[in-house]
Amino acid sequence: MATLEIDSLTKSYGDVRALRGTSFDVRAGEIFGFVGSNGAGKTTTMRIVLGVLAEDAGEVRWDGRPIDLAARRRIGYMPEERGLYPRMKVGEQLVYLARLHGLSAADAKDAMERWTATLGVDARRGDEVQKLSLGNQQRVQLAAALTHDPELLVLDEPFSGLDPVAVDVMSGVLRDRADEGVPVVFSSHQLDLVERLCDRVGIIKDGAMVEVGTIDELRRTEHERWVVDGPPGATWIGAVPDARAVSLEGSRTVVELTSAGGVDGTSGREQAVLRAALAAGPVHEFALVRPSLTELYRDVVSAEEKPAGEAAETVEVGA
Amino acid sequence: MSTGTTLTSWGAIRLVAGREIMTRLHSKSFVWLTVILVAAVVLGGVVLNAASSSGPTAERVGVTPQTAALAEPITATGSTLGTEVETVDVADDAAGEAQVRDGDLAALVTGTADDPTVVVDTELSPGLTAVFTTLAQQTALSDAVADLGGDPAQVAGDIATAEPTVRTIGEPSEFDPARYITGLVTGILLFMAIMISGQLIAQGVVEEKTSRVVELLLSTVRPWQLMAGKVLGIGLVGLGQVALVVVAGVGTALGLGLVDTSTIDLGTAAVWALVWFVVGFVSYALLMAGLGALVSRQEDVGAVTTPVTFLMVVPYIVGVSVAPWAPDNPLVVWLSYVPLCSPLLMPVRIALGSAETWEALLALGLSVAVVPVLVWLAAKIYSNAVLRTGARVRLKDALRAA
Repeated sequence: MATLEIDSLTKSYGDVRALRGTSFDVRAGEIFGFVGSNGAGKTTTMRIVLGVLAEDAGEVRWDGRPIDLAARRRIGYMPEERGLYPRMKVGEQLVYLARLHGLSAADAKDAMERWTATLGVDARRGDEVQKLSLGNQQRVQLAAALTHDPELLVLDEPFSGLDPVAVDVMSGVLRDRADEGVPVVFSSHQLDLVERLCDRVGIIKDGAMVEVGTIDELRRTEHERWVVDGPPGATWIGAVPDARAVSLEGSRTVVELTSAGGVDGTSGREQAVLRAALAAGPVHEFALVRPSLTELYRDVVSAEEKPAGEAAETVEVGA
Repeated sequence: MSTGTTLTSWGAIRLVAGREIMTRLHSKSFVWLTVILVAAVVLGGVVLNAASSSGPTAERVGVTPQTAALAEPITATGSTLGTEVETVDVADDAAGEAQVRDGDLAALVTGTADDPTVVVDTELSPGLTAVFTTLAQQTALSDAVADLGGDPAQVAGDIATAEPTVRTIGEPSEFDPARYITGLVTGILLFMAIMISGQLIAQGVVEEKTSRVVELLLSTVRPWQLMAGKVLGIGLVGLGQVALVVVAGVGTALGLGLVDTSTIDLGTAAVWALVWFVVGFVSYALLMAGLGALVSRQEDVGAVTTPVTFLMVVPYIVGVSVAPWAPDNPLVVWLSYVPLCSPLLMPVRIALGSAETWEALLALGLSVAVVPVLVWLAAKIYSNAVLRTGARVRLKDALRAA
């Protein structure tokens, strides 16, 4: 399996600059979560990958070569706005779409049967799509993205509107595909889900990537922070060198280690904090504080507008 | 495990066309429309046949055994005067009079062959009055000739063969009802078929746009392949529909002998009608596909395709209102060469017999020559507009966008 590389894409709609040098890659066997606020450029990026929109500059590469129609036929795509023929039957529709991806009639039928069964809509094969609930339409939409055994999955908000069971089914399918070596990229606003499911995450803001990395990489803060539940921090914090209190709320104190060093809680320097706190009284909880993806996302997207030249901040893959 | 094979352009077009065909054939409204069109053509032929054969019916005149000798002269005189007379033998005066009273007989000839009396209910029809008057005059003339020593039969023969010398100085009238009707039907059928198929194209394009399935489709096929498949699929279905109606119409006409007295060659007219359907359909379908892509809602299809509809209505109106009466009208002739107008006018002229073969071929050539321009135009508008949902895309923007 190959890598999808999105390299310095720019795109403007009239005066609106939708993408300003968006770059990231999605590697074989990984699930890549693509997050960002509405209008940040997620859908535009995906549409350019699929070739339904032309980029102004930049390039999308698949397996090291510029992506072409033949390669795009091997992509499983779920557009942001769901798209199926409302008056066509589920089974016929999936077979038709699979054949457009190059499958023979027999293979297309087999794939349709397999995926409708996997996704739990096999009982609805003979029904028109418009007669299905939105959740089931979504399952059919996912089936449409999977029937041709794609080498790459590009899914625009595949989880929106799904019930918890369907979310589990969908998550399981994405994990399976990734385990088969298929790169999977999907966008979502459900950050807890992204955090749980994705191997790597990219945060896009105003058409440029501001963070790209594994969840752990993103959650890493510049300085380690530890939370202490015990004697009020004001009584002991002065005894710890190279540390400052970030917040002091009754028995809970968040301490930041200000000196340079490890950032993953393995430096051992936190023991000085624990010792100082214990010296002042009993400690009930002592833990490394890591921001959730949601907090991180909020920090990033609510950060003040940077002056022009923001593209320089783009975090290249693997940073 | 990869089962994908390379999909050629033709393969993609065929798949798209196949879906369109299946969709139309499964559509109840389409099937009913076809049934109604075929029924209308067949019934029209039957009604026409009934109307023409029930025209002037023969006048029934009864003759008694005493006047039976007059039956032949009455019929002969009737045909000379243009009044069809059918003689009926009745048993006697009483039976004949009863039939006259019933209205079964227009008149009854009683008395003797030498001195007949005509019995009628109230009055003698103008046609029969002339017949019996002539008959009486001939009898009087024969008697006079015989009295003068001549041969009444000889004189009657001379009179019968005497006719005026007529010299025609105007054009002979070319009006031929069969041609007129064929021209009219051809014009209406082609207009309807092209209009309906064109609307189906526009609606199909908008349906894909509204449902957003077009985004999924365009990630696997190119816009021109999708458009070509659509035009091909709906075009084939439309051609089948028109062919069915044409065959039904020609079959009815031949079966009922509606064109026996005409100079029309129905086969040629039918083939030309199909050829012009194909050319007209392709031209208008391309325009409809392009314009349909500009809007995102079915409600807007009518508005956006109005210019094209208007373009179709003008030659149609000229074709069915002016052409049948004045096939050589300059407006008719000139418009029949103009691409987009000729598919609706030239077949009417061909059916009317006013177009030479070279004229038809010239118009066909001109129309076909314009098709590549329409393909280019439609593909450009379609590709640029089909993914832009929401507000109606302005034609200018669709043409300008790269």
